[in-house]
Amino acid sequence: MTENEVQQIALSVLASIAPEVDGEQLQADQPLRKQVDLDSMDWLNFLLGLNEKLRVEIPEADYVRLVTLNDVVKYLVAKLP
Amino acid sequence: MIEFKLPSLGADMDEGTLLEWLVKPGDEVKKGQIVAIVDTSKAAVDVECWQEGTVAGLLVAPQQKVPVGTVLALLLEAGESAADADKYKCEMLAKFSELAQPAAVAPVVAAAPAPTAVPLKKSALAGRRLITPVARKRALELNLDLDIVTGSGPRGAVTLEDVEQAVTKLAQGAAAPNNKQADRQADRQAEMRKAIAAAMSRSKREIPHYYLAEPIPMARALAWLAQENIQRPMAERLLPAVLLLKAVAQALRKYPELNGFYRDGAFQQAVRVNPGVAVSLRQGGLLAPALLDADRKNLAMLMQELGNLVKRTRTGSLKSSELSEATITVTNLGDQGVESVFGVIYPPQVALVGFGRIIDKAWVEGGQVKVQPIVVASLAADHRVSDGHRGALFLAELREQLQQPEALEKISDTNQESEPP
Repeated sequence: MTENEVQQIALSVLASIAPEVDGEQLQADQPLRKQVDLDSMDWLNFLLGLNEKLRVEIPEADYVRLVTLNDVVKYLVAKLP
Repeated sequence: MIEFKLPSLGADMDEGTLLEWLVKPGDEVKKGQIVAIVDTSKAAVDVECWQEGTVAGLLVAPQQKVPVGTVLALLLEAGESAADADKYKCEMLAKFSELAQPAAVAPVVAAAPAPTAVPLKKSALAGRRLITPVARKRALELNLDLDIVTGSGPRGAVTLEDVEQAVTKLAQGAAAPNNKQADRQADRQAEMRKAIAAAMSRSKREIPHYYLAEPIPMARALAWLAQENIQRPMAERLLPAVLLLKAVAQALRKYPELNGFYRDGAFQQAVRVNPGVAVSLRQGGLLAPALLDADRKNLAMLMQELGNLVKRTRTGSLKSSELSEATITVTNLGDQGVESVFGVIYPPQVALVGFGRIIDKAWVEGGQVKVQPIVVASLAADHRVSDGHRGALFLAELREQLQQPEALEKISDTNQESEPP
């Protein structure tokens, strides 16, 4: 799976949690939670959605590395089964 | 004879529109069964019936707007017959027409069809648009106006497919903006704003608030949580919010004067501990549905229910008990980055607990300065019911609860009976 495909999946999971998000407007290199109003429950659901779709386990200790959408995509691609 | 009335679903609700009946005359109703869907200014709510009986007649037709307390349906108790229901209805009508000044409910009952069970059922159905529950739910999710959907099911019923097709059609014609739908969304927001304004104005007018705050060290709680979460699968991970909620529920058991309602000039202590959790809606506004019996659930159960509650709040499928049974409100604005929050009590409740962001701070312990995660817990409470001294003790208890996170995992013993509303 390419980075592009993973990004599309991440965006679709995000859209299911925050339907108001416009994928085009989102800056992939800027902190995600500053651009999208995600509380801790939303964030957990976002990661859970990614876990379900991509079968990647995301330990809590890794949350700090997942700041921008690019971070998330790179992290997932590296850990794809 | 059992009168099933429109319950109040919060201080900011004085009327509701019946959207759909989920029962029909002749159906047996069990305790806690969802029997109708009612639209309030804030959300569509699944209304539960807390008495058992057989539906004798539905007195209000879908799309009718009626005040809180209106009799929506009559249920037969064991041993009663349809004839009893007819007699009861006649008596009800007679009582209302006797009143010199008709009560708010009178025109509604009078407007109900003739006092026999059969024609009542017919006319209730005649004015009703058939919409399958899944279709209605989906339309709500999509914020789609069901009036513009053509039904293709039996007797013109709107099906899920109809809704999906209507949405596709709308999306195709998106170049021409759909004003009606945008208006509806704006209406809903305006209604919700008004409802919040009414409740909060009443609160500030009637409730003499006092406010207290206490910074609480969270190092132990967070370390315990991190350790727990390593062992749990992703879907069962706990959020700090759950620990905070459980700690509030536990502390309330020791300070019950913060848990209950102020009604008719007196405090009524609640038996159950049902913290209402403030949930912000993406389109603006908020709801605070109750996490029922939070003191008697372990953290995994609370986490699951909290996730479920937030989801249902946002998709508009809350139950009536969740909106009417909150005994205190807990608001957690930490995710938005503020350090502390001082809330406005939601009447008739008598207290609100607020949490800010968990933030690393310099903290002195045993003469040493250390960096510790700290959360500021605040209490807004009703001075008619409690005093600052007790409020302060409550916050101290909350702090102690959070120093023993492993104890929060346990379900507290209780000999109290579960009392449905």
